[in-house]
Amino acid sequence: MSPDTELPLWAAIVTAALVLLGASLALIGTVGLLRLKTFYERVHAPTLGTTLGIGCILIGSMVYFTVLETRPVLHELLIAFYMTLTTPITLVMLVRAALYRDRYHGRNQVPDSDPPKSTLIDKDRGRD
Amino acid sequence: MTRWLPYPRISALLLVTWLLFNQSLAPAQILLGVLLAVSLPWLLARLQPVPGRPRRPLTILRLAVRVLLDIIRSNIAVALIILRPGMRGRTAGFVRIPLTMRNPNALAVLACIITATPGTVWVDYEPDTGMLMIHVLDLIDENEWIHTITQRYETLLLEIFE
Repeated sequence: MSPDTELPLWAAIVTAALVLLGASLALIGTVGLLRLKTFYERVHAPTLGTTLGIGCILIGSMVYFTVLETRPVLHELLIAFYMTLTTPITLVMLVRAALYRDRYHGRNQVPDSDPPKSTLIDKDRGRD
Repeated sequence: MTRWLPYPRISALLLVTWLLFNQSLAPAQILLGVLLAVSLPWLLARLQPVPGRPRRPLTILRLAVRVLLDIIRSNIAVALIILRPGMRGRTAGFVRIPLTMRNPNALAVLACIITATPGTVWVDYEPDTGMLMIHVLDLIDENEWIHTITQRYETLLLEIFE
């Protein structure tokens, strides 16, 4: 970025608003981690930061650098793409680990695997 | 073609990724990108992905727009739940949803959609019965969730993958 380039006012406002909104969503998600009570509830909170939160910040970044360099800057799309692809994998693994442990110890009122294997076998036998 | 590039579309994606990362179309970067695009898919082949390509680009676009809108909507909903003082009058819970689709790729996409949307998380899936279990942060009506997942997402995924 050369010192003689200056960001027009409209771009500065749009960028600031988007980055602030994204950061607020990430903060709310973090507050949710603190305030929600059980593990299964808490796992919902960080997705605010990883979806709309990161989305706003990336769009802000695209606006800022596109206006400043007067050419489209699009590599932020990669961050969005790989974020959407990888975050669910981590979350699902965490939830499944918690579910396995809770079922094993019989805690936190988690539902059993459904339907129980025994009734499934009975049903099949009845059909034969 | 297929002998050198077992997954042409993955190769194309890798090349575009590399060039975007480096913000450059210099011949050296293109050469490096092509090298990665040709070599990395061989590692993917070792994972033995389930064959089957998504069809109907228009349906994919429809699904993407729908998911995007749902993500924005539930971001607002979950933010309001977290900020509500005391957080009373809300029950979280598990919901069982009978799925008709069995395609592993379609199920993987559904898992990403459900988990990426704030307020819902993919929890468990029984391959024998097709029974999916999700956890919902603000559970009011179970049937509404069954309807949402099967009508809003599953019907489109069935069109795309089966």
